[in-house]
Parts: sequence; C-alpha cells; structure tokens
Amino acid sequence: MRSPMRNKREVAGKPTLSLDAQAALERAGFSRRSFLKSTGALIVTFSIGGMLETVKAQGAFEGGVAGSPPLNELDSWIAIAGDGKVTAYTGKCELGQGITIAQAQLVAEELSVPFSYVNLIYCDTAMTPDQGVTSGSQSHPTNFNHGNLAQAAATARETLLQLASKSLGIPADQLAAEDGVISAKSDPSMKVTYGQLVGGKKFDLKLDPNANRKSPSEWTVLGKPAPRPDLPALVTGQFEFVHNVRVPGMLHGMVVRPPAVGATVVSVDESSVAGLPGVVKVVVKKNFIGVVAEKRWQAIQAANKLKVTWTPGAGLPSHADFYDFMRNQKPTRDTLLVNSNDVDQKLGEAATVVKATYHHPYQMHGSIGSSCAVADVQGDKATIWSPTQGVWHQRGTSAMILGLKPENVRIIFRRGSGCYGINGADTVTYDAALLSQAVGKPVRVQLTRKDEMAWENYGFAFVMDERAGLDAQGNIVAWDHESWSPVLGNRPGYGTPGNVITGLLAGFQPEPFRPRTPAPEPTAYTNNSNGVPSYMAGQVGGALKGTGTVKSERALMHNVASSFWTGPLRSPARLQNTFAHESFMDELAARVKADPVEYRLRHLSHSRLSDVVKAAAKTANWDPRPSPKPLKSKTGVATGRGVACVAYEGDNGFSAMVAEVEVNQDTGNISVKRVVLANDSGPISNPDGLRNQIEGGTLQGMSRALMEEVTWDDQKVTSNDWRTYRTLPLGFDIPKVEAVLLNRPDVAACGAGETAITVVAAAIGNAIFDATGARIRQVPFTPERVKAALNEVG
Amino acid sequence: MSAITLKVNGQTHKFDMDPTTPLLYVLADDLELRGAKFGCGLGQCGACTVLVKGRAIRSCITPIETVDGAEITTLEGLGTIEKPHPIQKAFIDEGAAQCGFCLNGIIMTAKAFLDKKPKASEEEIQQAMSGVLCRCFTHVRMLRAIKKAGQEMAR
Repeated sequence: MRSPMRNKREVAGKPTLSLDAQAALERAGFSRRSFLKSTGALIVTFSIGGMLETVKAQGAFEGGVAGSPPLNELDSWIAIAGDGKVTAYTGKCELGQGITIAQAQLVAEELSVPFSYVNLIYCDTAMTPDQGVTSGSQSHPTNFNHGNLAQAAATARETLLQLASKSLGIPADQLAAEDGVISAKSDPSMKVTYGQLVGGKKFDLKLDPNANRKSPSEWTVLGKPAPRPDLPALVTGQFEFVHNVRVPGMLHGMVVRPPAVGATVVSVDESSVAGLPGVVKVVVKKNFIGVVAEKRWQAIQAANKLKVTWTPGAGLPSHADFYDFMRNQKPTRDTLLVNSNDVDQKLGEAATVVKATYHHPYQMHGSIGSSCAVADVQGDKATIWSPTQGVWHQRGTSAMILGLKPENVRIIFRRGSGCYGINGADTVTYDAALLSQAVGKPVRVQLTRKDEMAWENYGFAFVMDERAGLDAQGNIVAWDHESWSPVLGNRPGYGTPGNVITGLLAGFQPEPFRPRTPAPEPTAYTNNSNGVPSYMAGQVGGALKGTGTVKSERALMHNVASSFWTGPLRSPARLQNTFAHESFMDELAARVKADPVEYRLRHLSHSRLSDVVKAAAKTANWDPRPSPKPLKSKTGVATGRGVACVAYEGDNGFSAMVAEVEVNQDTGNISVKRVVLANDSGPISNPDGLRNQIEGGTLQGMSRALMEEVTWDDQKVTSNDWRTYRTLPLGFDIPKVEAVLLNRPDVAACGAGETAITVVAAAIGNAIFDATGARIRQVPFTPERVKAALNEVG
Repeated sequence: MSAITLKVNGQTHKFDMDPTTPLLYVLADDLELRGAKFGCGLGQCGACTVLVKGRAIRSCITPIETVDGAEITTLEGLGTIEKPHPIQKAFIDEGAAQCGFCLNGIIMTAKAFLDKKPKASEEEIQQAMSGVLCRCFTHVRMLRAIKKAGQEMAR
C-alpha cells in the first residue's frame, strides 16, 4: 500500500536528495567522488526527478565511501551544471533552526546566481565535507565568514570571472556577474553563462583565501527574509523526517533499557517472548538489549514482555539534598578562567561585600518526537539514516559499535525532531545499527518517551557562588565566581561511543573523569561558557580580554562526576552561568540603589554589549530607577521589569532582554507579559530566521526558567514523560515578544541561535524582584519557590 | 487478528491485523503517511493527532478496532502543496515552524477547533491549544497563523 501523495515527495526534498534518490544512489554505488568525476548536471537532475534513469545513463560505478571531501578544495563545496544550476555541499545541517535557507542565500549571493538555482546538500558522508557538529552557535560564524562555504562561493565567482575574461577577450575588471551570466559592463550583449564556462566540469582549484567577498551593501539575496523551502511539505505531511524513512524489507526494533541507573544484565529469558507474533530476534550484546519484529506494535509488545533480570542499580544521591551533595563531592576537576590573585585582599578592603548562591537543575532536551534512526547493515557495510548533528562523528563511532571500517559506513542525515543539543539522536543511531547488524536487515528504531527522557544527556546542573566587593561609591571593585557542575559522557566525537547510553551498554566507556586540584593558573584567556561574568576585565597575560571593568577577578569552576548523562543543551553552561551572573548583578545594583541598566553600563567596557543593553532599554521604554519598586500591597498581583544581558561565549553574539512580569503574590504564579530582546549577531543573513530563533529561544527559555527540572528517586529518573517533566504548552499565556535586531555589516558573523535563551531566566528573576523584592535564586521558578521567596521578604 | 476497515482521507483500506494495534502505526507504517507522528505514545503531546468524524483524537493510543469503519482525516487529507487548506496556508505565510515535527498536532487540533468556531478569540484559541506541545516554541507564529486561518475560514 502506498501513499497517494508519494509521487510528490521530491518537492519535500528540495534542500537535499529525496530518499528515493538516496536509495538509488546507494544501489548504484555512487560516492561523492564519482559525482565530481561525472557532471554537475547529473547532481542537479537528482533533485528534480528522473533519478534512476540518470544514474543508469552515467554507467559510472565506484564502490565504497571515500573520506571527507577536502575542505580546501573548491569542488568539495560547489558544482555548477550545464544549465547553470548550482549544487552546494555543506556540513551544517537543518535542525529546524533555518540554517539551510541562510546557507542557500549565501551561495546565491556570493556566486551571483538566482536563489532558485541553488540546491543545498547537507550532511551525508558520501557527499559533504566534514564540518564537525552542527551546534554551539557555530554554523553562522563557520560558514559565513572568510572560510568554508562562503569562501568557496566567492572563489567560484572569481574563477568564473577569469574564465569569462579568457572566453570573451575582455579584462575581468570590465565584466559583471549577475544571475549566473557574466557580461561586459560596456556591452551587455557580450556575455557567457556559468553553464557554458564550467558546466559539468570540476574546478580543480583550492579555496582562495583572498577571493573577494561581496560587501553587505551590495547584497540582494542575503540580509533579506527568505521563506523556508521546507514549509509547504511540512504543513501538508509530505516532509520526510528520519521517522518517515522507509527502506524495502525494513523491520522494527525496540530497545530494553535498564530499570535503574547502573543496573547490568544478569540474564535474559528469550522464552518469555517465544511465540509472540512477528518477533524476529532478541538481541543481547553485553548490557544492550533489543527486540526486532516485523511490525512496530509487535516489537513494542515483545519489548514490554521480555523478561530480563537486572542487578540492582548503583544508587543515586538524594534529589532533595543534591546541590549540597554536589558542592561537597570529591574528587573535582578544577579550572581557573581568570585570577588576578588579589580578590581576597580586595574583598577584605571593600566597603561592602555581597554574597549569593544560585542553583540550576539538570534539564532535558525533551524533543517533541522521541529519537529515531534507520540502519541497514549488510555484511561489512552499513548505511544509516540518522538525525545526528555530526555525520562524520557518527560514522566513526557507528563503525566502532559495529566493528566495521569507517569507510564502509555511510551516515545520511535526515531531520529529526528539534534537538537543541544532544538528545537521543546519536544513541538511537547505535540502537538501530546494532539491531540491524544482528538480523542482517534494515531496522527502524524509535525510542519510547520514557527511554528518550530517562537516558538522554541532560543539560548541566549547577551550583554557583558569587561574591563581590563594592567601594564607598557603590562601584564593583572585586568579583569572585565559583561553580560546581557534574559531567558524565558528552557528544561521542569521532571515537567515544561510550559517551551516550547505548555505547556504554554495548561495552564502550565514556570519556574518563580526570580530577585536577588545584587548578593551574590560567595562561590564556577563555570565557569558557560564560564562566567569566561580563563585568570582569578578563586579564590574562597582561591583556584585557573580558567585556567588563572589574580587574580584581577570579572565576573558578569545579566539575564533579555525574550520576546522569550530560551534554550540550542549548546554551550549555552559558545559560546557567548567565542566570547567576545577571541575577547577582541585579542584587548588587539593588544593594547600592542603582538603576539596573545604568549599573550594568557603568561596569561594561565592550560597546557591542553596552549597545544591546541600551537598545533593549530604549525599546522597552525602561523607567530608570532602583529595584525593587515600592510595593503597594503584599497580596494580589504585583508588576515589575528586569534586565539581563550576555556576550555569548564572550564574543559570539550579544543580547539583552527586558522582561515585564506579573507576580501573583497569593499563588506564586508568574506571568510574563512582555519581552524585548535586543540582539547583535553581526551581519544579519536572514532577518526572519533570526526573529524566529529569538522568539523560540525566548519562550523556550521561559519554559526552562519557570517549569523544567529533571527529577529522580534513589534508583532512577522519575521525570520521564510530559506529566512528570513539565513544559509550557502551546496554549499558555504568551508574552508579547519584540525583537530588536542590531545589524552590524562590518563585523564577523556571530552565533544567533542561543543568544536570546541565555538571558531569559535572569531577566524574569530580576523582574520578579523588581515587582516584589523577593529574590529567586533557584531555577525553575515554581509557584512554591516564588511563595517561599515572598515569605522570606516578610 | 481481525478484519478491520479504515477509511482514510476518503480511501478505504482493509486490514487483517491485531485489533489492538494503535491507529498511528497503521497510518505511518502500513499506509506510509507522514503527517501523524509518534511523539510520546502516551497521548500527551498531540503529535499523532488525526480527525475521526471531525473530532481530534490521539492516534498513538487509539486501537484500530475502535475506529473500524469510521471516517479518518489526516494532515495529508486537509490540503496539498498546490492547494493547501487555509490553516496550512496561514502557517506557510506566517513562517510558523522551526523543526516542524509538532505541526501535525498543532494544525489538526486547530482544524477540529476552527471548524466549530472560526471566529474564536485569542483566549479561546489558547484554551483549545492547551494540550498540544511545540518544543521549539514557535508559539507566537503558530497562534498568529491559527487566528489568521480562522478569519479566512469564517469568510
């Protein structure tokens, strides 16, 4: 039975090859290298149908998967067909953040071709260059500055101008490129198309680091909103997520995870599922257990019925006392980010010393769709459709899991549910690979909600101490920041599959915890996930690298071993650190009765950070005065406003937020009414995409600030569905979100996906304080915690 | 095993299968429809929503035996890329998506609601959408799109 819509699916795959095309390529044994040996026209044909015929007509065959296309070769990035259509290859994938549309705009702009000519292929180890992981607000800086995709497109345009110069007999500086045609400035009838110049041929050139980039003032495609090409397919149910990948002969697998953290397999009673309909195999590999069946429902039932005897779990620290436990945990790995070696002395001399401690829980990515992958492992070769953020990393580690050579493993990215960091994408890819290998057939695995939530790599919990010394005028003269945060595992990288649950269960170890006490003195400045507050001068080796004025400074972080998996969650550690720094800055301003905006500006030395603070305050119509505002009544609804700002990772994007809240003093409920977010991510590539990221980041930040917290008992995680891990639903009372975009055409492109979310918790917490005088130092700001803080004020 | 008849988007399909099979798996695996999605399998998030006789239900917890013979509409049955339903069109016009995984639940829930009350207030729309999740938090645009679509449907 087929979907009646099936023949329309190519439309859905516009930014990449359709599944059918991928499968055909696979059958034909095509690799990226053979594409380049053949023609650009061939590649473009794939995206517009007629795939099978085209492959057959080529007759080319090259088995095996080559290594990554070299990043310094132009042909690794750009191919131009006889009809002038452009295929661009990138290692930065579409997770829903809108980076494909911006990358296509970039290629069209730098190459001077119509936007509709550009077909972007991303993240397939058979075709695209290795650009590591699509994460950490790195796609914009990586591909839009002087390197990689941007420089490839610029190199291609300059090369085409040189070729046209030869072809037309006119000096290159007298030629102009527009819409894929190069013509004489003096006589536009003298012209040649890109297709005529290079169509179907390789460039055979290195990327030219000196190729001229277009000035933003010349932009016609970049810098403007462009509609997402995937939207029509998404809203009509035609889009192919990894969850929709269907391979002929595909079976369904389910995994059986341990019932407790640290539990290991004693025995598996396969007879407990004997005779169940459709069951193909029970798979056991060390502590990894799965069931493969013909149909999904059969696999689910079998996994539920499979009788496994496990050892007891390792036991978990008490959730109620967790922050104290973590603070006192040994051993630690200590890192000093800055140390002026005079902090204790300056604090001793200060007119006033202020101290506060902040707590942030483990939080989860909580993807709306549980993670899924499809693997086809046949003998010594594997093809895997994965929602991983790093296909080359996944290739290396899947090869280890399977005991295959990396070059025999092909990872094809297919979009999963939005991940916001390392959700279950990598681990489920190993699950599918292991089960497929065990049965020798393609297997699809989608995790249960519980398995997704109980075993993913959580965003870090944090305890953060802040101390500051103020002089008689209320200026900050010394700042001391010390934090504790637990770690276990990480992204798997190229060679550590044990960094996620499936890898560990299958016998691989996570990266080891390496204790280090005391921390060595810093020798080079690193902001290290905003471990350094924005108001520190950041003095290391004589140079001031921070964004603030406080020269007596120390930032010391301790990592401890975690009982739970950890890994990057949108704005990893930056969000937690910023919650503490920006809440504390507010406490300092309040202590000296200064306006929170003015007080920040007084202690900032970086104009881009100051500028976003000023812009947010201006748009929000900020009323300069100290917080809290005089409280009219201790019952009923109180209103207030708060500000927070961040230089993301010190220099990769700048944002400031003003939040206006209502605090119901009787119930402790917080309602955020209005949010103004000023953002500077350098030159704006796609303003609509940037706004979408800011709106989403702001509300996701609200959900994390107000509701989200991982919980556990003495054996296992207990927040394992949407009733036990709360999130703001679509219907909650949504604030008005106003994005103020500061466009900076003359600086480098910065990150844009994590600036807004980083400042939300502090901005809301500061607004609660402004409204009521109650300071909340622990995320999430549940009604109970708000009530408790209100009671403390008395 | 039981003989089950499903009428999906106007087409009739006959199956001989375990009658307790959740409807979602038949739609996604046997009919290879891509609209309804497995989000939680617990009826908590809405990603699997389909319409049965015009009512929004969670197909991940709906055994097929309970919808035997009933008219089922999936996201694919609303409109096409060429001729999108007003709600689908509003989502395109408003750029109301990030990853897009939740869209099925959002649009199908909105469809069931707006069919009954196209001229709904913002508060009523929020109330109607209070059981659906979007973890990219594209809420601002989605609610704007739903309101816009309602106005179009009321005309």
